[in-house]
Amino acid sequence: MPADSLFIQLPTDSPCVMIEFEGQPLAVPSGISVAAALLASGSRHTRSTAVSGAPRAPYCMMGVCFECLVEVDGVPNCQACMVTVSDGLKVRRQQGARALSALAEEGAHDGI
Amino acid sequence: MHKTQTTVIGGGLLGMATAYGLARLGQKVCVLDEGDTAFRASRGNFGLLWVQGKGYGMAPYARWTRQAVALWPKLAGLLLAETGIDVQLRQSGGFQLCLSEAELAEEVRRLQWLKDELGDYPFEVLRGVQLSQRLPGVGPAVVGACYSPMDGDVNPLKLLRALHQACQLQGVHLLSGHKVMGIEAGDNGFVVTAGEQQVRSEQLVLAAGLGNRELGAHLGHAIPLQPSRGQILVTERVEPFLSHPTSTVRQTDEGTVQLGDSAESVGFDDGTSTAVMADIADRAVRSFPRLGNVRLVRAWGALRVLTPDGCPIYQPLSKAPGAYLLSCHSGVTLAAIHALRLAPWIAGKIALPEVAAFSLDRFNSAPEVRHAG
Repeated sequence: MPADSLFIQLPTDSPCVMIEFEGQPLAVPSGISVAAALLASGSRHTRSTAVSGAPRAPYCMMGVCFECLVEVDGVPNCQACMVTVSDGLKVRRQQGARALSALAEEGAHDGI
Repeated sequence: MHKTQTTVIGGGLLGMATAYGLARLGQKVCVLDEGDTAFRASRGNFGLLWVQGKGYGMAPYARWTRQAVALWPKLAGLLLAETGIDVQLRQSGGFQLCLSEAELAEEVRRLQWLKDELGDYPFEVLRGVQLSQRLPGVGPAVVGACYSPMDGDVNPLKLLRALHQACQLQGVHLLSGHKVMGIEAGDNGFVVTAGEQQVRSEQLVLAAGLGNRELGAHLGHAIPLQPSRGQILVTERVEPFLSHPTSTVRQTDEGTVQLGDSAESVGFDDGTSTAVMADIADRAVRSFPRLGNVRLVRAWGALRVLTPDGCPIYQPLSKAPGAYLLSCHSGVTLAAIHALRLAPWIAGKIALPEVAAFSLDRFNSAPEVRHAG
């Protein structure tokens, strides 16, 4: 059953920074985590699970539960609660399990 | 005082598989589990169903292991039907990756010994392009690999959970958080004291991992077990890339990759150490270079339960008739045979002449030459 978010952004004097979530611009207070920014902006679906594809949103907010995984500036599986917002940060949902970059493999082959 | 037919001490994979097998035969079973202060080998293992190389120097163990994996589909089917839990059994065959010619030569020598002893013992030695085709993504640092179609893996945590649930459904009484403080053996069976509880039973099964040393001592038997620490690293979930388990790198059904197979003698310390974790990670990345930029999310240490020859002990205790000592370090690989063969043997339903090879006596007598067949 849908319910109102219990996550309320407290009044703050911090200047705003602009981030993007799924291509949409969000003005958020500086100094907070990406997870807090997404929750404060009303996002309820910030990743899809690797096993069943179920939608999830940030939960523990302290680096433990891995529910808040997002793609940050193209880097997959980032814990949104452990990343501080900064101007221009581009955030996307983590959709399922991350891909394995072939670049790493080619790089490793080249290095050997 | 609880009264039951058989008391099993130990709620890990060995104890629960045995309890499940006994309960399926209609026995009333009570399991005493120490709790999370115990060394939880069954919660820290790697999840392999591993055959290749097992029983080198002791052919009966190789035969026992092969029988065990042949029974695995039956166990997985029973657990699925009874509990709805799919333990993700995958009997695809497995690879032992070798990063030097010396490692490969040693591996091949051991497998050849087993093939000579057992006759039917399928394995292949793969190199270069042939290996890359069979195991895509393997790195150039891997000089070769041994593949055996006998190997496989499961999700070991789902297995433990399924065994617990199946035992509950079969009416097994589980007392968790109960460390055994005393065992009295009398003419009418056993009285086991654990915390405030006392359990009286006709039969007793000791399946408490490293705790079997102390339990055996209660009954007048010295049990030669030593801890061997293995450390395991776990990665973030990644798309499926590894179709087969290897002995050092395994992708789980849920996408994480387990890296492991270290062995250290550090007593009863189940922690982790940077040097060993670095070695494990280095070997994994050389084996599969695409793991190079994958994050690790967890690491742990766990203690293997090792006998002097690395093979199990299945022993009716002479000083305590009705008591059985069970110890092994392959609770996953052997789960099916423990539930479906060893338990019926303990219940007196079947003869199992092959367990004679796994007696305690073998550690007391002078080494003897064992012949196959």
